[in-house]
Amino acid sequence: MKFTLSWLKDHLETDATLDQICERLTAIGLEVEDVDDKAAYKPFVIAKILTAEQHPEADRLRVLSVDAGPNVNGGKPLQIVCGAPNARAGLIGALARPGDYVPGLDVTLGVGKIRGVESHGMMCSEKELNMSDEHNGIIDLPENALVGTSFAAYAGLDDPIIEINLTPNRPDCTSIYGIARDLAASGLGRLKVPAAPALKLEGETTVGLTIDLDDEKLCPGFGLRLVRGVKNGPSPAWMQTRLKAIGLRPINALVDITNYMTFDQGRPMHVFDAAKVKGDLTVRRAKEGETVLALDTREYKLGPNNVVIADDNGVESIGGIMGGEHSGCDENTVDVLIESALWDPINIAKSGRTLGIITDARYRFERGVDPEYMVPGLDRTTQLVLNLCGGTPAKEKIVGYNGFEAKTVDFPFSEVKRLTGLEVSTDESREILTRLGFTVEGQGGGTGETVSVKVPSWRPDVDGKADLVEEVMRIHGVDNIKPEPLENLGTVNGKILTTLQIRTRTAKRALASRGMLEAVTWSFIPEDQAKLFGGGSSALKLANPIAADMSDMRPSLLPGLLTAAQRNADKGYGDVAIFEVSGTYENDTPEGQRRVAGGIRRGTASINGAGRMWSNATKGGGKPVDVYDAKADALAVIEACGLPMGNVQIEQGGPSWYHPGRSGTIKMGPKVILGTFGEFHPKTLAALDVSGALAGFEIYLDAMPEPKKKATRTKPGLELSPFQVVKRDFAFVVGSEVEAGAIVKAATSADRKLITGVNVFDVFEGASLGEGKKSIAIEVLIQPVDKTLTDEDFEALTGKIVANVEKTTGGVLRA
Amino acid sequence: MTELETLKSALLAEIAGAGDEAAIEAVRVSALGKKGSVSELLKTLGSMTPEERQTRGAAINALKNEITDAITERKTVLKDAAIDARLKAETLDVSLPVRSSPAERGRIHPISQIIDEITAVFADMGFSIAEGPDVETDYYNFTALNFPEGHPAREMHDTFFFQADEKGERKVLRTHTSPVQVRTMEAQDPPIRIVIPGKTYRQDSDATHSPMFHQVEGLVIDKKSNVGNMRWVLEEFCKAFFEVPSVTMRFRPSFFPFTEPSFEVDIQCDRSGPIVKFGEGTDWMEILGCGMVHPNVLRSGGLDPDEYQGFAWGMGLDRIAMLKYGMPDLRDFFNADVRWMNHYGFRPLDMPTLFGGLSQ
Repeated sequence: MKFTLSWLKDHLETDATLDQICERLTAIGLEVEDVDDKAAYKPFVIAKILTAEQHPEADRLRVLSVDAGPNVNGGKPLQIVCGAPNARAGLIGALARPGDYVPGLDVTLGVGKIRGVESHGMMCSEKELNMSDEHNGIIDLPENALVGTSFAAYAGLDDPIIEINLTPNRPDCTSIYGIARDLAASGLGRLKVPAAPALKLEGETTVGLTIDLDDEKLCPGFGLRLVRGVKNGPSPAWMQTRLKAIGLRPINALVDITNYMTFDQGRPMHVFDAAKVKGDLTVRRAKEGETVLALDTREYKLGPNNVVIADDNGVESIGGIMGGEHSGCDENTVDVLIESALWDPINIAKSGRTLGIITDARYRFERGVDPEYMVPGLDRTTQLVLNLCGGTPAKEKIVGYNGFEAKTVDFPFSEVKRLTGLEVSTDESREILTRLGFTVEGQGGGTGETVSVKVPSWRPDVDGKADLVEEVMRIHGVDNIKPEPLENLGTVNGKILTTLQIRTRTAKRALASRGMLEAVTWSFIPEDQAKLFGGGSSALKLANPIAADMSDMRPSLLPGLLTAAQRNADKGYGDVAIFEVSGTYENDTPEGQRRVAGGIRRGTASINGAGRMWSNATKGGGKPVDVYDAKADALAVIEACGLPMGNVQIEQGGPSWYHPGRSGTIKMGPKVILGTFGEFHPKTLAALDVSGALAGFEIYLDAMPEPKKKATRTKPGLELSPFQVVKRDFAFVVGSEVEAGAIVKAATSADRKLITGVNVFDVFEGASLGEGKKSIAIEVLIQPVDKTLTDEDFEALTGKIVANVEKTTGGVLRA
Repeated sequence: MTELETLKSALLAEIAGAGDEAAIEAVRVSALGKKGSVSELLKTLGSMTPEERQTRGAAINALKNEITDAITERKTVLKDAAIDARLKAETLDVSLPVRSSPAERGRIHPISQIIDEITAVFADMGFSIAEGPDVETDYYNFTALNFPEGHPAREMHDTFFFQADEKGERKVLRTHTSPVQVRTMEAQDPPIRIVIPGKTYRQDSDATHSPMFHQVEGLVIDKKSNVGNMRWVLEEFCKAFFEVPSVTMRFRPSFFPFTEPSFEVDIQCDRSGPIVKFGEGTDWMEILGCGMVHPNVLRSGGLDPDEYQGFAWGMGLDRIAMLKYGMPDLRDFFNADVRWMNHYGFRPLDMPTLFGGLSQ
């Protein structure tokens, strides 16, 4: 919402400066977004050409002697070289001097030398001063323009422009009058309330008018008045200047008046050329497929959700949004029909959105136009038409308006203190509300502690007590609210994070501690990628994605991470280890949003670092990452989250996007899947268009069981055996399909008391073992508990280990 | 020279001449071994007369002691020399590089770090952390928050929609973290003090807008918290978060459907340089929106607005991260460029606490 200072002062009598006004606007909730104090126009002065001589070296140039009054150049004339065809002795125009910035040229003038003659300034054209596109000659002012005075003041270019960022709840401040009312209520001046125009009406508005709607809310009132015998032409300069200042293009007087009313009073109006209206006017829903050529010269296709004003020609106007080109007013208009109507804010918002039309009328109607001003607005517009175009007004036709019933709010003044902490006297509260146009009634004529407040017709946003508190507070002054400490809960705070929040945080720190970088990638991914990772359901597809490749909620963190790794690789950073701990989406319910820790390593980015290293030189250095890197990352997350690792099982194989022979599934018990890890299926990588050595994992943090509640923080007692721990090595030859995990499990179960650890220290496959065989060597840690073991004890234990392994895996001791 | 003296000088010469531990051992064996020259002499002691033993015997024993000492001494010298030689041979080039610690290489994303910073500050004021789903119903995202159907404020949100289901209802990607306010009120009785960090989505993209971004929201519900308390909480937070001794904040009346009265809050700062400085300067920068929880929102949460009251505020997490740590472009947050993550990320062991400071 834009306006000029002088326009505001039409409605507000005040001595306040521009700065004071702007500061107050922001303080009462009308945030000033931009102020143009027009300082840029200050330098230009009115100057008179005393003589204009032919330039000695150029046919088209003249050398002027210019008088700019006693304050310029010590009252002596300036020599200026000028090429304008209308430069002549006696012309009065606008002078720019060396040092002045000329906005239309975007240059700061200096003393110039043109074809050998010095020039001490410039006589400006309208275009050079950004006033219009006129550039055929320099500005030519009437004789009465006072030489030596400010050109900006003379031409009305010194009127500061204020732009406020209006919140959608304040339709009353879509008018300059409304803004003045708010400022006056805040004590910054006096609101000038205009007298109602006294119109001398003659005859009837003869055009028929009906509202033909199934829902009367769509058009709760329509006023129409015929003015006969107008003379339409350009509007007066003062009106054009104001309209141009706020960015509107003057068209003709009748149209300019409607625009003026829109901003001055927040009352959008429409004018029809009565001669072009055929038959009666009807307010109705548009028919499916009906079209209208609107005033913006574009054709719109309408439907029953759009409310229109139609006649026998068809649609003449889209109600409350934009008029039609056909019945528009031009210089030939003699009889004009002035419309002042009310429309349904929701329907206007929807229509405007679906038609893609943004107008000043729509802006106001979708916020809510004062219903009680429909008829006064019609009268005031009529008065302006009479003032500017003459003519004879007829009696208006009002259809559908049932009057306005003010909302009433029971308001205890104590609410102000309760919600804001402010101490505002009831007298002041009452005065503020009254100045804003509220009617305060109730016990003793509204002097009690609880009053009944009637909401004015221009404030549809005010519904209840809290709204009235805001009114009192913002006018009284928000700065008066002092910070007050929040009540101390009187205790040391306990744990505030949930288990899942703690695990999320821990997982991030654990993975970063393994040399990985935390990424945050998009929650939405391309459809084909979503499908590849088990997603792509219609419930998780955006109806209006911002881009085609950001269409589906991700079922997995891996596609985002894999493609991110490739982007880095494409820039020359091929060894990357990145992770993300965030949401994935199984369905559209809250429970369907999983909490997942996922990560990938690419190239040689192992936990120990990436790339070649002299200390790895014997191994060739830079070993590509593999399934075991991913497994270590995955298990590190589970460990960090505090799960008992003894209960964690690894199963061969993972979901389809992994390499079937180089992936695994991590489980806890038969049902709980904690996660998956592995190298990727070549088809997955090809579909994602990524390449290189890649291994990754995902751990489902939300699948982890809550830790068992413990009665005490005390750790269980520690018994330290006095006997020496013993290590025994075994090598078993097994079928190559046998899992090492099975051998470890079999060995461990030989004696759960004595055996405290089993470690695989060698895996060997070779021709010497025979086809389809491999050797797995384990080291078994034996911790005697109550006595030193004898040779016989050891023999019995090793026998049991060998037997267990043989029984479960078919493995035999390697000779 | 007696025979013993000759032997002695010969042995001492051999000891001195022994060049390594093996040689000195050979000398020891030849002198003191079972059949060694000195041992042979000692064997003759048994057949000596007492007088002979007095003189010659004593001389033999003295020889034995002298030779033993000399050998031990020489052995020590040779051993030390051997160690010196070995150490010399074992010398390595310690200027060769070693791998850095993985914990030194890893990085925490600024968003995670900022959430931890915020958690640390608000935990101290008795708040806990609440979360909610990204895929929301229209009810929680709008209706329960007092956005009337068709209200222009809804349009301002540039909402992402999902396809409508068979009942014609379509879910949305939450446009703010505020749905969690009502979800929390439904699940928990007052007093409520929560902070809600999380992902939010709007159809918008430029240097300061991204279709996915993060917000942090706060909610206090009890029977007496007012605008003054809100002012205190927000000023304390900004001081603690930006790690400055004082801040000046300006509360401007504004509008949000879910609060009444509503405010936008500016923070005084110095924007003259390339980096915004808080706690000094004369510029204002909008930093958050807040207000008293709207009575209709309290009702949506099942609370009587005449009994309960409270306030809520919300701000862009990415935005305050950018303000504090100086990232120029929001879109980079979601690009996973390793150079950006290395530069703007945080070391995993730099955990924000109040006792150790929010940042290092």
